[in-house]
Amino acid sequence: MLDMTPKTITERKSLRVNPAKTCQPVGAMYAALGVHRCMPHSHGSQGCCSYHRTFLSRHFKEPAIATTSSFSEGACVFGGGSNLKKAVKNIFDIYNPDIIAVHTTCLSETIGDDLNALIRELEIPQGKLVIHTNTPSYKGSHVTGFGNMMAGFINYLSEKSAVSNGKIGIFPGFVNPGDMHELKRMAKSMGVKYIMFPDTDGTMNTPITGDYQMYPKGGTTIDEIRQLGGAKHILALGELTSMIPAMEIKKKCDVDSTALPYPIGVEATDKFLMSLSKLSGKAITEELEEERGQLLDIMVDSHAYYGDKRVAISGDPDTVLGLAAFCLELGMKPKYMLTGTPDEKFTKLAKEMLLKYGVTDCIAKANADLFELHQLMKNEAVDLLIGGTHCKQIAKAEDVPFVRAGFPIMDRYVHSYMPLVGYRGAMRLAELMGNALMDRQDRDAEDKDLEMVM
Amino acid sequence: MDAREAVLDKYSGRVFKNRKDHIVELDEAGVPKEIASNSRSVPGLMINRGCCYAGCKGVVLGPLRDTVVITHGPIGCGYYTWGTRRNKADAPDGRNFIQYSFSTDMQETDIVFGGMKKLHQAIKEAVEIFQPKAVMICSTCPIGLIGDDINAVAATAEKEFGITCIAYSCEGYKGVSQSAGHHIANNGLMKRVIGSAKDEIPKEKKTFRLNILGEYNIGGDGWEQERILKKIGYEVVAVLTGDGSYEALTHAHTANLNLVQCHRSINYIAEMMKTKYNIDWIKVNFIGIDETIRTLREIADYFDDETIKKRTEEVIAEELEEIAEEREFYRNKLTGKTAGIFVGGSRSHHYQHLLMDFGVKTVIAGYEFAHRDDYEGREVIPDIKLDADSKNIEQITVEPDQQLFHVALDKARFDELRKKNVELEYYKGMFKDMGDGTITIDDFNHYETEKVLEIFKPDIFYSGIKDKYMIMKKGVPSNQLHSYDYSGPYACFKGSITFARNTYLSISTPAWNMMTPPWRTKSTLEGTLGDENYA
Repeated sequence: MLDMTPKTITERKSLRVNPAKTCQPVGAMYAALGVHRCMPHSHGSQGCCSYHRTFLSRHFKEPAIATTSSFSEGACVFGGGSNLKKAVKNIFDIYNPDIIAVHTTCLSETIGDDLNALIRELEIPQGKLVIHTNTPSYKGSHVTGFGNMMAGFINYLSEKSAVSNGKIGIFPGFVNPGDMHELKRMAKSMGVKYIMFPDTDGTMNTPITGDYQMYPKGGTTIDEIRQLGGAKHILALGELTSMIPAMEIKKKCDVDSTALPYPIGVEATDKFLMSLSKLSGKAITEELEEERGQLLDIMVDSHAYYGDKRVAISGDPDTVLGLAAFCLELGMKPKYMLTGTPDEKFTKLAKEMLLKYGVTDCIAKANADLFELHQLMKNEAVDLLIGGTHCKQIAKAEDVPFVRAGFPIMDRYVHSYMPLVGYRGAMRLAELMGNALMDRQDRDAEDKDLEMVM
Repeated sequence: MDAREAVLDKYSGRVFKNRKDHIVELDEAGVPKEIASNSRSVPGLMINRGCCYAGCKGVVLGPLRDTVVITHGPIGCGYYTWGTRRNKADAPDGRNFIQYSFSTDMQETDIVFGGMKKLHQAIKEAVEIFQPKAVMICSTCPIGLIGDDINAVAATAEKEFGITCIAYSCEGYKGVSQSAGHHIANNGLMKRVIGSAKDEIPKEKKTFRLNILGEYNIGGDGWEQERILKKIGYEVVAVLTGDGSYEALTHAHTANLNLVQCHRSINYIAEMMKTKYNIDWIKVNFIGIDETIRTLREIADYFDDETIKKRTEEVIAEELEEIAEEREFYRNKLTGKTAGIFVGGSRSHHYQHLLMDFGVKTVIAGYEFAHRDDYEGREVIPDIKLDADSKNIEQITVEPDQQLFHVALDKARFDELRKKNVELEYYKGMFKDMGDGTITIDDFNHYETEKVLEIFKPDIFYSGIKDKYMIMKKGVPSNQLHSYDYSGPYACFKGSITFARNTYLSISTPAWNMMTPPWRTKSTLEGTLGDENYA
């Protein structure tokens, strides 16, 4: 496996090998799928839309609906206005969503289609909406596209209000329906009035009933996105992921945000709950405090299996930061923290976190790829690898225990229903990591050393 | 209202006008019907088609294991084609690039100032790190617009690094589907790779050297075909392009016969190799038990060699013997079921035969990106009018290479084989095997898929991942025929059993019987009048 990867690291200026990121539009599509009765629309060649739907269906094992402007060579010469016009008419005629969320592609961006102008010229049926965002594939990553799509919704829909509606806006970040579900559960348990945006819990984890609903009952409603403009405050989870929409809601509606890390692990979940409590005036419930205690109980009980273990973590920036934080809380030692998303804020936050725990030999890099991670691991090995499916090649090549977390996980089931966030999510992570490490210990143990009790 | 009218009913004027010619009901087998195909999709319809890049890089070039294929563009396209198609490859020398994804990961400044320097540097780095036999470059959408001259970069790189470097302008917006990309990839391979080793044609009469064209080794299909063919006594020179290699392709001109599995994606090369090297091609089908037998007998008939013919029958008997029990089991389980198939440009035809082996009738079939000849047979090719989108795809012509020209099959023998319905230089298309009220949809979309599911209520529906989960949410089992749901091989005798097993498991998994919660049909609440639970 990966036999062509040399141990010697040479500098690469231009060649990306085995990327740890993908392009903006797929993030935009995912964000739009978290809006109730919304049709994501890809303004570009039809291949983009096909790849993105495929990518999302492979991760969630769910239908990922989206339409395309199906650019031909002619559209590239004359602009995509005519294709968009036809598309929007057909989408409302045939699929009847309440809102179409258009995102651009590298093609329509390079041509320079002015989506503001094109949308103004559309004939939109009464009561229906078309919004857009710009997602040039040659900037940022899928994480950027996710944030941009959220900003697009806010820009078109959120309404500034002189009086606060008292609700707390929660931007969950680029996470799974299982995470969004857990965030809502915690807020509900405290009795907090909130708006979760976007919300794929109920759109990308739907039950099978024999009756397919193109627009399932989940998703943030258009009305809720409007109301975000009158929210008391926004909790923007993911200091990198949710920056763009947080800035947009401030600009458009003068609503303040607090940027928080993904609530993965003890401290980050504490922060999330305390912020939620402070802003809403609602107490953190006994139920949640008990869960916290249970989590710590687990961490103390099992500490010996995590302590000093060296770990490599790859994935989206806020996910890697969250996972690393919990690893540190378990007494593990992050050795590599890599993200493909080009954002140096990641490196800065990683260094601050590592410093707090006195870890000095961890390599934290943004704008990196899995080829580089593999080379690094060949030079200095780790005990555990955490990341998306693509990391499985490295795990196999280096025979290192591997835990799947983040995006995309295309080769396993159930994960998208389960949380990483909150105390319950941390318990799950502790179980996943503990099992990986302990299964390895069992596998490698000589017969005389196989432990019945661990 | 018949099925076709019911599907079209919801469409407004312009969409109706477009779609009506893409949907054909087949009443009687053998009655020719015309279908509109290989034309632009209607914007806004949720289609399954991909793009030109997907056809070129994803389908044809991607499976070459000894070649570094660099995607020139922003990161997405290269990322999505990384390890997702299941074109398996096994390099005996360990030099396997299939596990890798290479891209120039273009950034905004590259779009503004041009990406040629970056591409050149990327090739340099690839050569220094990986020392590949060949580097291929595939363009994505923005490249054509910003005007990067990738051919010039490739030519410079060839000289500078002493490797073969071939550029493919397969921007996503070209053509109307993946199909344009197949054609572009075919052209590039024909111009630069196939036959480039120039080795002499073996002169001895009795050589049985084959190429398998249009076989991408999904789930190991190509390996299964090679196993059977080698067992009979054939030599497989090159597979295009499943588990293929640049190296093998350079010798492909030494084969005596080209087997064409996927007609849509590779007929161009088959035709050009006939013109240039006088190598006959024959349309084969290794999907399905009876089809595999037919195919093997026809190949033997082509070579007309007694040893080969005898060995063919022995191998068929051996393989049949091995699967006999399971074949009977699944035939019993599946007979009488109905199926729908929406996939690609060849498989919807191939798999109808395999389903028939197990008594399953295909009532709905459609292609994503086929042309009229794939539906109606190659006899319609002279009547196909090229539209602007097709005209923009380069058509290359090749000249006979007198040095490397094969001895022609005797004309009388050729005619005799054709008379026996051997598809020599011919493909009959899908329609001739359909009829009896079945329906065919070209460039099917989400809405039409939902509609035909409701009308025909098939027991199982084969498609791809984009509609698989929608179909299953409707209560219909669905298997992927692009990825074989991560199983396979499905080819030849043993593959047929794997396919039948997967089909049977999908239909019979216990969860289907538990979808309705028991409390929906049997109340759990018992109470008396005035019970506070009912207040």
